[in-house]
Amino acid sequence: MMGVTLLTRYPLLALTGRIALPQRVFAALRFVPVAVLTAICTPAMFTPSGEFTFALENAYLWAGLLAVAVAWLSRNLLLTIVAGMAFFFVWRWVAGGL
Amino acid sequence: MADRKILPPKVPVPSSTVYSGPRSAFAAGARDTFPLIVGAIPFGVVFGALATTSGFPAWATLAMSLLVFAGSAQFIGIGLIAQHVAPGLIVFTTLVVNLRHMLYAASLGPYLRYLPHRWLIPIAFWLTDETYAVTIRRFQQSSDDVYRHWYFCGSALFMYGNWQLCTAIGIVAGRQIGHAAEWGLDFAMVATFIGIVVPLIKGRPMLLCAAVAGITAVAAHGLPHQLGLMLAAVLGIAVGSFAERVARARG
Repeated sequence: MMGVTLLTRYPLLALTGRIALPQRVFAALRFVPVAVLTAICTPAMFTPSGEFTFALENAYLWAGLLAVAVAWLSRNLLLTIVAGMAFFFVWRWVAGGL
Repeated sequence: MADRKILPPKVPVPSSTVYSGPRSAFAAGARDTFPLIVGAIPFGVVFGALATTSGFPAWATLAMSLLVFAGSAQFIGIGLIAQHVAPGLIVFTTLVVNLRHMLYAASLGPYLRYLPHRWLIPIAFWLTDETYAVTIRRFQQSSDDVYRHWYFCGSALFMYGNWQLCTAIGIVAGRQIGHAAEWGLDFAMVATFIGIVVPLIKGRPMLLCAAVAGITAVAAHGLPHQLGLMLAAVLGIAVGSFAERVARARG
């Protein structure tokens, strides 16, 4: 596991440092964090137990949407994390379920 | 224009954001990573507790955090090992789960081209979602900073030390309370990533990229080995950069 983890991290780090990238590639790389992190979050929010659900019991979805609102308004990472966690636990306590 | 080879864009920065030495860059990297540490704490604790309640000895759990240092791969790894999945498949799954790091490495590489390999290997080892998110923002803002690898180390070592500590706490907690998976502390990761992504969404191409990646990831979440994640990321990046080129062509 250590070997393949390093294998995904090292080669391109070394290569892209040695060879110059076309501007088109460089422009595309700016989209990496948004694309990857969003793609990690949405299944965790909409399908927390494997099935797509909008149910009120799905705290991952509703606390996640509230966290998006906090992040949008405050642009503050720490506040988003703390508020998101607080929403999540309160929501689960009130609505029960997932 | 598209085929011209260029270096990372030079962004003029006020001198105050260029660090005077390794130590101040290291400290700034650690400081800027603090909010992400808060989100990573539950993640590490749950990992330690989950491994312990799945029957892993403390030394193996700690060794995995020390040597692998890849949160989501470690979670999936203990699940697969506990189910006695073949070692080859575990290694392959780890590779697929970590494929996103190839994208991170490709995006950081141009900023670190001045470093020798003896620097790049530890940097690769310590690369995580969180450290990537913090350092790429700094690198893009101040591309003149010659101490930026120290900034990376400050962020990465803080994350690494915290991960070991939280794994240890989780091991102790796992012995007290069972069923770590039911705590729902994995939401900390979601809240952290939301807090990183939302402020990055400026302009329509970026919003489009997030929408495409997010919808694709949900639609394709049934694919094995998180292949849906890679598909979603690649589609999001493609649509986002296409939209940006269209917007630029229109002026």
